[in-house]
Amino acid sequence: MYEFTYHKAGSLDDATKLLGAEEAKLVAGGMTLIPTLKLRLAKPSDLVDLGSIASLKGIKEEGGGVTIGAMTRHIDVNRSSVVKSVIPGLAALAGMIGDPAVRNRGTMGGSVANNDPAADYPAAVVGLGATVVTTKREIAGDGFFTGMFETALGQDEIITAIKFPKPQASAYQKFRNPASRYAIVGVFVARTAGGVRVAVTGAGPCVFRVPEMEAALGKSFSADAIKDIAIPEDGLNSDIHASAEYRAHLVNVMARRAVAACG
Amino acid sequence: MAPSIGTPVRRKEDYRFITGQGTYTDDIDRPGQLHAYILRSPHAHAAIRSIDTKAAAGATGVVAIFTGADMAKDGIGGLPCGWLINNKDGSPMKEPPHPVLADGRVRHVGDPVAVVIADTLGHARDAAETIEVDYAVEPAIVDAAAAVKSGAAQVWPDAPGNLCYDWGLGDAAAVDAAIAKAARVVKLDLVNNRLVPNAMEPRAAIGEFDRATGEHTLYTTSQNPHVIRLLMGAFVLHIPEAKLRVVAPDVGGGFGSKIYHYAEEAIVTWAAGKVRKPIKWTAERSESFMSDAHGRDHVTHVELALDADDKFTALKVSTIANMGAYLSTFATCIPTYLYGTLLAGTYTTPAIYVETKAVFTHTVPVDAYRGAGRPEATYLLERIVDLAADELGVDPAELRRKNFIARDAYPYQTPVALQYDSGDYFATLDKAMAAADYAGFEARRREAAGRGKLRGIGIATYIEACGIAPSAVVGSLGARAGLFESAEIRVHPTGSISVLTGSHSHGQGHETTFAQLVADGLGVPIDSVEIVHGDTNKIPYGMGTYGSRSLAVGGSAIMKAMDKVIAKGRKIAAHLLEASEADVEFKDGAFTVAGTDRSKSFGEVALTAYVPHNFPHEELEPGLDEQAFYDPKNFTFPSGAHIAEIEIDPDTGHLTICRFTASDDFGRIINPMIVSGQVHGGLAQGIGQALLEGCVYDKSTGQLLTGSYNDYAMPRADDLPSFALSTNVTLCTHNPLGVKGCGEAGAIGAPAALTNAIVDALKAYGVRHVEMPATPERLWRVIQQNHPAQAA
Repeated sequence: MYEFTYHKAGSLDDATKLLGAEEAKLVAGGMTLIPTLKLRLAKPSDLVDLGSIASLKGIKEEGGGVTIGAMTRHIDVNRSSVVKSVIPGLAALAGMIGDPAVRNRGTMGGSVANNDPAADYPAAVVGLGATVVTTKREIAGDGFFTGMFETALGQDEIITAIKFPKPQASAYQKFRNPASRYAIVGVFVARTAGGVRVAVTGAGPCVFRVPEMEAALGKSFSADAIKDIAIPEDGLNSDIHASAEYRAHLVNVMARRAVAACG
Repeated sequence: MAPSIGTPVRRKEDYRFITGQGTYTDDIDRPGQLHAYILRSPHAHAAIRSIDTKAAAGATGVVAIFTGADMAKDGIGGLPCGWLINNKDGSPMKEPPHPVLADGRVRHVGDPVAVVIADTLGHARDAAETIEVDYAVEPAIVDAAAAVKSGAAQVWPDAPGNLCYDWGLGDAAAVDAAIAKAARVVKLDLVNNRLVPNAMEPRAAIGEFDRATGEHTLYTTSQNPHVIRLLMGAFVLHIPEAKLRVVAPDVGGGFGSKIYHYAEEAIVTWAAGKVRKPIKWTAERSESFMSDAHGRDHVTHVELALDADDKFTALKVSTIANMGAYLSTFATCIPTYLYGTLLAGTYTTPAIYVETKAVFTHTVPVDAYRGAGRPEATYLLERIVDLAADELGVDPAELRRKNFIARDAYPYQTPVALQYDSGDYFATLDKAMAAADYAGFEARRREAAGRGKLRGIGIATYIEACGIAPSAVVGSLGARAGLFESAEIRVHPTGSISVLTGSHSHGQGHETTFAQLVADGLGVPIDSVEIVHGDTNKIPYGMGTYGSRSLAVGGSAIMKAMDKVIAKGRKIAAHLLEASEADVEFKDGAFTVAGTDRSKSFGEVALTAYVPHNFPHEELEPGLDEQAFYDPKNFTFPSGAHIAEIEIDPDTGHLTICRFTASDDFGRIINPMIVSGQVHGGLAQGIGQALLEGCVYDKSTGQLLTGSYNDYAMPRADDLPSFALSTNVTLCTHNPLGVKGCGEAGAIGAPAALTNAIVDALKAYGVRHVEMPATPERLWRVIQQNHPAQAA
């Protein structure tokens, strides 16, 4: 990696200030950033580590849902009795991220801010209609993910927590890339008071919803209801592991399985 | 003392390995050591107009920068190829140069262009980024079958049509005649996918030069340090053996990829002499992907002729084998003498003809990878036999049995040069079928169908030729090396023993297996036997470890040296016991006058050898230290039957291995635990080839698309089932241990067994063949393209 200056931020204010440096980057677990640095694909001037800001960690049941601090690790979400009881689909999803080493270091805020097209959490944030809380504002999940590795976050804005409303039922199904184990396709389905939400990760450049499926499931919440809803392959990712056509097909299969898993 | 041979003695080396205390090349730091970073070509094919190193030379920490031009000034030679293959017409293969650093042209992504030597690796790498190389990019060819077509980009001007050689073996006329009058001819085109070897430890090398003694030392991740000393010393750097020490310390896996002499070894050794400081280079994983010799990469057409009784009458095989841009050390013998000679397999096919066109492409050189030629031979043979069974509507096990070499037919001369010494293919197949509950499969298929899953079962039998080889035979076939093994048994005065072996352990457990041989042979505790390997300044000249040869050849050398120790010990004991040598027998660690209780322990004899106060000086020299070289009389022929049972989810193409059963004949088993471990590892790699691994180059740009673990799928524990393993022993008839070798069997049997199981699972879709790796999308497409309406 290239040389950089490392800072351990003591507070959010501290972190925001440090983030003002020209090429500063936040470290929120580093599960993507560190490999990127090792491959010399990024050359930040400063790294600002959020790891010791206690207020960013933790899981609370509030407002009928769950609020998860941005620096909460995947393993903690996976094992949390609160998440398991309020949104079991989210706890299960956290247990499917990466491998044990990644789950022990990676954080929800880090994953959501990075918005990797094949990451799992974006499907949950959009699928559950969550709200991203930052140092400046609250951003609705639907508007947060703006494109491949792009989000609504401003340069000096830091995610502090994510608020997940409690769904009636939810489940995530993921078809893994055999090499990287990232999602070739991951589908999060949630049945909520406001209707059914279907969010897809891995298939396209950014997480997206499938309104036709949501409408059909709104009428009849069963796998059969969406059996014939084909996803257009235009705009979907295509690589040596999965063509756009195959991904489009898998969205339907994974969506049906997620519906079935909602019970 | 109870014999240790045949028992699962815990591995002596594991304490240091599992506690992280092994000493691998990268763990070694020499005083004043500098670091090398190798600038590699980002292009598959380009002329180098110029290399500007000025800015880099002045960068922080940089000690020196060298390019191919600097090496040329010193008269440094190219990397040699160790095996000459002749064309069908008797003319020699094309053998283009293999420069250590690019000679004005790069021929694959990763081709070394320059080396930066600096005080830290970071500084070396920083400086390398400022080297300006002016490339004129030219068209590249990466696909072997496309490389032989007219109009393809050319790798070497002196190798028209990119052809390295066009080799043939067997009786073409007899094969054509048999095919002409066959009751049935089954034909298949198939690809044996290209693989990246992926040893856990990346390659590394440290070069060092001692100005006082003039001695060069190379620490390197090698499977055969003496071979590297010979090749690098004699052909590349022109350093006499006596001034060149090569050390291969703990090595974390080789699988063939660490046999060869690589550019980086020569670079650090030469450069260390130039800058008079030790220089370390350790590959990053990305460098491993683009510089370790790859494996396989064949495109093959096969035809099997059968008579009306379903007996195989002829086999005809035509293969295009990818050599990559340069000839790696043993590249040329893999798709020829380690491949074509195996095509009789376990069968009595009387007429066989194989031809191999080896072609150059703008890719990393291809060489031996676990199995080396034998997985390719087994794959095509076991696929075509299964296809024949399917076309004939007979049970694939029955068709195999009908064509197996009979139990009493050994020694069996195949039509493709090899003479099998022993085997029993019926027994291994029966054992595997019983363990796999082959008879109960149809019920399991139906049960799976009820769950919406497609279940299949596949058998593969295999033969391999291991223990390479009689030197005279391989020499007559073009090998530019002998293939014996050496050993020295150094008995110390108080009875502990150092065994110096020319074999090299890089995960095989020699420190335990070889110690078992000596403990039993000399009747001493296993803890008093130490195995020494991997250092040309310590061990006798040895050929190293590959081709499942360590026990069959290296172990046999140890047995021979032990015989000499015992013979001398008997003479010493006879003197001490005042008996005739002929009356002294050696058993259980003691020399005894036959029929009496008068005896001398092995330890007493050893002490006498070194404190020779009462010693037959007129007849013997003091000391108890014997050396032996063993040159095998023949190859060994391990064989076996592997059975895979799988399920495919038709909705996604996802495949699950439900069972994997292997029954192998490795000859005598010294340590069953180590043998199981070797089979497990081989199966993991064979399953990797069948289902997951495939090296992909972009056909238009020649870029390596699978250049990291994000894109190259290695098998993980959860991809594998619990293996059901068994062995059936027929002894090798020509080595003193009766052993055959077990290191490669898993990688040889598994790909065909799995593909056969996949094709069986998709039978209802009319599928004849599925290429490897059988990825989910590939399986899903096969299912989509063969509409279920056509299903039987």
